[in-house]
Amino acid sequence: MDKKLYTVIIYSENLAGVLNQVTAEFTRRQLNIETLNVSSSSIDNVHRYTVSLWCDEEIINKVVKRLEKKIDILRASYYTEDEIFVQEVALYKISTPKLLANKHISKIIRHNNARVIEINSTYTVVEQTGKTETITKLYKEFAAEQCVLQFVKSGHIAVTRDVVEHLSEQLYVFDEDAKRVK
Amino acid sequence: MKEIITGAEALMRSLMNEGVDTIFGYPGGSIMPVFDAMFDHREDFRQVVVRHEQGAAHAAQGYARSSGKVGVCIVTSGPGATNTLTGISDAILDSTPIVVIAGQVSSAVLGTDAFQEIDLVGVTQPISKWSYQIRRAEDIAWAVARAFYIAKTGRPGPVVLDFTKNAQVAEVAYEPAYFESIRSYVPYPKPNMDAVRSAAELINRAKRPLALVGQGVELGEAHEELKAFLEKGNIPAARTLLGLSALPSDYPLTVGMLGMHGNLSCNVNTNQCDVLIAIGMRFSDRVTGNLATYAKQAKIIHLDIDRSEIDKCVKVDIPVIGDCKETLPLLTELLDEASHKEWIDSFAEYDRIEYEKVIDKALNPKSGPLKMGEVARRISEATDNSAILVTDVGQNQMMSCRYFKFTKPHSVLTSGGLGTMGYGLPAAIGAAIAVPERTVFAFMGDGGLQMNIQEFGTIMEQKVPVKIILLNNNYLGNVRQWQELFFNHRYSCTPMLNPDYNMIAAAYGIPSRLVTERSMLDDAINEMLETDGAFLLHVAVEEEDNVMPMTPPGASVDYMIFE
Repeated sequence: MDKKLYTVIIYSENLAGVLNQVTAEFTRRQLNIETLNVSSSSIDNVHRYTVSLWCDEEIINKVVKRLEKKIDILRASYYTEDEIFVQEVALYKISTPKLLANKHISKIIRHNNARVIEINSTYTVVEQTGKTETITKLYKEFAAEQCVLQFVKSGHIAVTRDVVEHLSEQLYVFDEDAKRVK
Repeated sequence: MKEIITGAEALMRSLMNEGVDTIFGYPGGSIMPVFDAMFDHREDFRQVVVRHEQGAAHAAQGYARSSGKVGVCIVTSGPGATNTLTGISDAILDSTPIVVIAGQVSSAVLGTDAFQEIDLVGVTQPISKWSYQIRRAEDIAWAVARAFYIAKTGRPGPVVLDFTKNAQVAEVAYEPAYFESIRSYVPYPKPNMDAVRSAAELINRAKRPLALVGQGVELGEAHEELKAFLEKGNIPAARTLLGLSALPSDYPLTVGMLGMHGNLSCNVNTNQCDVLIAIGMRFSDRVTGNLATYAKQAKIIHLDIDRSEIDKCVKVDIPVIGDCKETLPLLTELLDEASHKEWIDSFAEYDRIEYEKVIDKALNPKSGPLKMGEVARRISEATDNSAILVTDVGQNQMMSCRYFKFTKPHSVLTSGGLGTMGYGLPAAIGAAIAVPERTVFAFMGDGGLQMNIQEFGTIMEQKVPVKIILLNNNYLGNVRQWQELFFNHRYSCTPMLNPDYNMIAAAYGIPSRLVTERSMLDDAINEMLETDGAFLLHVAVEEEDNVMPMTPPGASVDYMIFE
């Protein structure tokens, strides 16, 4: 089977325990989550999960159907990289004395269009937004100058390439579908 | 003005609001306020104290599967709760609506490894349809209403409520809650008419259609809709283990049981049909055998209420998602009246082979020890094939399911997905309590009976009229059979040194008979049926009898061995 990097976008009610159920569905199949982002969505009390992982389509299809079956999950869908816009945010905490001593470091910041968001006498915080490769490239360049004190990246956040955002309408449809009785 | 009551009393009111009439349970520290409230409701609920919490969960399952209502069990935290896990797992795999309410330590000490504290929600999330911790008395009415709504709607399943002690004792202004829908949960998906039309076209073109009928038909109460569908399309129907009583055994279009120990005809013809129509079944590996050779020649239509079942094991050509009570009539409407006489007749030849090689020997032995099959068939016939069959797991299960006959829906209760030894006795207790107007048989082996034999105490105390048939072969028979066939006769850990079961029954005041000869059987069956209340029919059966035919593990569905 061909493994691809899939991004799964999940909307759930804002209740305790949903994250556990989401990750358990991946764990059950020994699927290793590459990145995971959980945050509130554009709708009150609805949370949005963005999960990226390497997988084949047959498996991800089954996992997503099982996720959607969970009572408090509103919707789950999976996308390949060409179906979504994916970005990550990274923060690099670098040594200010090294930055001042090594001109090359400030060049790296400029050439990568990174943003400095804090400078003090001990450290400088640089922010970069972009694809994983962009972020990794900047890290490697800083690392080569041995100036990195800390490094963190956010994991994928993604929006679909659909022309309209369906969720608000979908919520109405869910509500209608959910009301169907035996 | 709303009445101010305790959380425990609010639970009682909420259960009454759901129409609960029976509680299976076992008290303990963290659930004591609830049992205290139950003391004031002895008239409102039949309170069945089991002898082990596993029994409570299985009894709730038996109650639910025989009646279609939600089974309820109430247990304490920690070990009380963990003892129900097997029943919860069994219920999720076999789609059984139960609500397990477990005590929990007070919210203030959650996470401190308090006495009898376990993370029940964490433990049960993967094995339940919904699992929720009630930490405030204000949430009780909401949580109970939501629990019952989730358990019984759509594809049914177990729900767990983890009920902290502080919420049981706190006071609350009680107001009943009702659920008509949950926006994130679609229990009855709207049928897609394009799919229905495509399915109908496919069936109308079929020369050799075969329907596979599962428990979904029973859960959806779609028995009549199924018959109308089968009759208009003249489609033969094979049933899964859990779907056995979805159609009467002698219904002309019934062509046997699917699976590893099912009937030859429908297993072979699964690989001969041109259109396979799966209705409320999930292509369990015990039904399909090797997937690589399963029905590759056929177009496959799958009717299921649960979208996640589609393409899970078998890739289907046309999924028809929805409640089969709704989708079957839509499909029937578009069917042409058809006749598939030649195809239906083709089953008979395989039936003849199976009868000659297996069934005749199982039902009509001239001499030698009693066979499990003949015992099952005689008992079935002695009740005009109208009783409820509850089985344990193993040879007793396969033999009784093969040779019992069914005339009424909701007549087979067996642990299909989880294969839980010890399920039979407590499940039969639940069934006998839920449907007192029907005769309930529990077919047990000598292994499984001992797994929950303590429930003899519940039978004694509650005067439960369950007829227990112990098919005793002094082995863990099914494992022994596999050892004989696939492990070179090495009977590792399968011989059973058995106690005197009749004496055990006597100790609990349960009348019994021991049958060792064929000539004793009819008389003993009559005595069992004439006895009011519980009875143990202990039958010494052939020790090394095998369940046949059999699709060996990993073999193709159409390859069955006879000995």
